[in-house]
Amino acid sequence: MLAVQNLHAGISGKEILRGLSMDVQAGQVHAVMGPNGSGKSTLAHVLAGRGPYEVTGGQALFDGADLLGMAPEERAAAGLFLAFQHPVEIPGVANMYFLRTALNSLRHQRGQSEVSPGEFLRQLEDKVSQVGLDRTLLQRSVNEGFSGGEKKRNEVLQMALFEPRLAILDETDSGLDIDALRVVADGVEALRGPQRAFVIITHHQRLLEYVRPDRVHVLSGGRIVRSAGPELASELEANGYGEARTGRSTDELARAGASR
Amino acid sequence: MTSTLPDLDIAELASREYQYGFASDIDTDLAPKGLSEEVIRLISQKKEEPNWLLQWRLSAYRHWLAMSEPTWQNVHYGPVDYADIIYYAAPKSKKKGPSSLDEVDPEVRAMFDKLGISLAEQERLSGVAVDAVVDSVSVVTTFQRKLAEAGVIFCSFSEAVRTHPDLVRPYLGSVVPYRDNFFATLNSAVFSDGSFCYVPKGVRCPMELSTYFRINAAGTGQFERTLIVAEEGATVSYLEGCTAPRRDDNQLHAAVVELVALEGASIKYSTVQNWYPGDAQGRGGIYNFVTKRGRCAGAGSKISWTQVETGSAITWKYPGVVLQGEGSVGEFYSVALSANHQQADTGTKMVHIGKGTKSTIVSKAISAGHGQNTYRGLVKMLRSAEGARNHTRCDSLLIGPQCGAHTFPYIEVKHPSAQAEHEATTSKVSEDQLFYCRQRGISEEEATSMIVNGFCREVFRELPMEFAVEAQRLLSVSLEGTVG
Ligand SMILES: Nc1ncnc2c1ncn2[C@@H]1O[C@H](COP(=O)(O)OP(=O)(O)OP(=O)(O)O)[C@@H](O)[C@H]1O
Ligand SMILES: [Mg+2]
Repeated sequence: MLAVQNLHAGISGKEILRGLSMDVQAGQVHAVMGPNGSGKSTLAHVLAGRGPYEVTGGQALFDGADLLGMAPEERAAAGLFLAFQHPVEIPGVANMYFLRTALNSLRHQRGQSEVSPGEFLRQLEDKVSQVGLDRTLLQRSVNEGFSGGEKKRNEVLQMALFEPRLAILDETDSGLDIDALRVVADGVEALRGPQRAFVIITHHQRLLEYVRPDRVHVLSGGRIVRSAGPELASELEANGYGEARTGRSTDELARAGASR
Repeated sequence: MTSTLPDLDIAELASREYQYGFASDIDTDLAPKGLSEEVIRLISQKKEEPNWLLQWRLSAYRHWLAMSEPTWQNVHYGPVDYADIIYYAAPKSKKKGPSSLDEVDPEVRAMFDKLGISLAEQERLSGVAVDAVVDSVSVVTTFQRKLAEAGVIFCSFSEAVRTHPDLVRPYLGSVVPYRDNFFATLNSAVFSDGSFCYVPKGVRCPMELSTYFRINAAGTGQFERTLIVAEEGATVSYLEGCTAPRRDDNQLHAAVVELVALEGASIKYSTVQNWYPGDAQGRGGIYNFVTKRGRCAGAGSKISWTQVETGSAITWKYPGVVLQGEGSVGEFYSVALSANHQQADTGTKMVHIGKGTKSTIVSKAISAGHGQNTYRGLVKMLRSAEGARNHTRCDSLLIGPQCGAHTFPYIEVKHPSAQAEHEATTSKVSEDQLFYCRQRGISEEEATSMIVNGFCREVFRELPMEFAVEAQRLLSVSLEGTVG
């Protein structure tokens, strides 16, 4: 579904991603871990099409289409969703109005008709109960004055409502209480299916105990330096990134070992 | 739910520009170009005015001759040739002062239909009384009979001069004297039509009143004059809307509005100003040089101005309130947009005279393209204004690198117990806000309009519902092409 090959990207002349490759199949959940400043959010933003980042090499295909040539809203319409590490406040714009505008914009781009206000409310009600969002947050301005955890829940609400094919969660589990963590996990599990995929950026193994990833990658210095199964997460939790940072990918090591 | 305003059909809007830019082919009666005592006499005579009014006009004219145009405002424009303006233009009507819709020229009705204000429909459906002013005259006022039953007088200014001179005379010039300023004085000399509204003691006006101003004829100026008087305990809400054809030369609009609120009375005055703003290169557009002032004459009275200024090449206006009555309240809520090459120098004047008077100012200025937006406000608390309070909030929003926002607050407090607070912010439509919206599938243009509308919400909330929707729509249209 998502094929990233030798991606180079940076910002204000500084290269951050230095030849990153990863391959996410439909139906899979991939976890991306890595030290602060290693380029995880950069990867997420570049995939979502954020302007100030410049792609200087490589490619990214989404269902075979050139992702990097699409406008951010086209990527969204194609089914790519990013749960932001730092959700943005939009003063004066009611959250509920924002959600409906977004949903209808997505539908409009896909050639579907708008949802009626009644139908929208039904869908929203459903998802709001699912993620346990305080209903008063729907009337407030988008993310304005929301607590850290409320902002993250609001991101999960949007994921649930828009039902993306590929969701990238950028530290959606950071700063959450234990119940909220479950909400994130349940949000992913509710959508998980053969047609969808997830890239979960996280620093903690805890979320990955609720959502078993198919692959775990370590991103360091702008590259994936190690990839393995879910056991890698617990290993990193125990030992830190020290080893992974310097090592070659375990896949490579495994292959090297096998061929010997 | 008050927090969510209805949706805007942005896709449909995306294909439009200034949609009111058409001109209608209406048979028009014009005064000769230029200004002289003869022209003033002609205007007065056409309106069959009493001599006192003619004399008042002439005094204003003589005073004006000795005045010079103000230059302190932060706007730039070429000289206005006052000799090259037609000061009176009136759609010809078979009968004078049509009193019912059937008597209105079909071309004029068609023009209003095209503007989205079907006069016939207004009368049947919406329950908003409309005074329709084209160029220099009122062409029709709807709902007069129903209003009369409640004791409310709502008619064109000229009609009021004929039918209720005793009500007009004591108030005319009582808030904005004819010597007030260059443009107000010019208006006093040549004013043609506008609306008059009188709400008697204790009456709550049973419906929204509105005036729709339309400049149609080329080379003319519009100099309307509106007077609203609310007697003791009366309440009225009044709206005005404005549009003009797209033309390459600039047209002058110099209006005067006077409001008088007696004890316990309340007047809410809302404006959605969408005069032709000129093209993207800054050619053409209306010079909107307007004097609006209210007087809270009685104790506990209240005057509230709400304005949404999206049009005009240049806007120059400071709707103010003179707070005389004890405990009276003045409010000013404003959204002013300057896109392309538009310039706005606008704000308010709150003059606190009475004890315990209060005023609130909320100004939202949006600049885009090469637009320049200036907030200029005066809060003056005289020695008599014991315990007076003012709160001012001026927020500016910038879209793009070439526009500008400026804030000039003037505060004079003469009584030690009086207090004026001023807050100001300047922000940009940020890249991260736009990206957040776009990641959710919302186009950049729609996202900008949504963010800007959010910025203005506090002001839109003050508008009557239909006008709030209209204001949102206008803002979106006006912002088109300013992003990216
Ligand atoms: N606008 C910018 N200008 C210069 N450097 C930037 C800019 N934005 C990000 N960076 C740098 O790029 C690097 C990667 O940042 P990124 O946010 O992708 O890290 P991350 O892996 O998500 O870290 P964290 O775990 O702390 O969220 C950092 O060193 C950061 O300082
Ligand atoms: Mg990050």
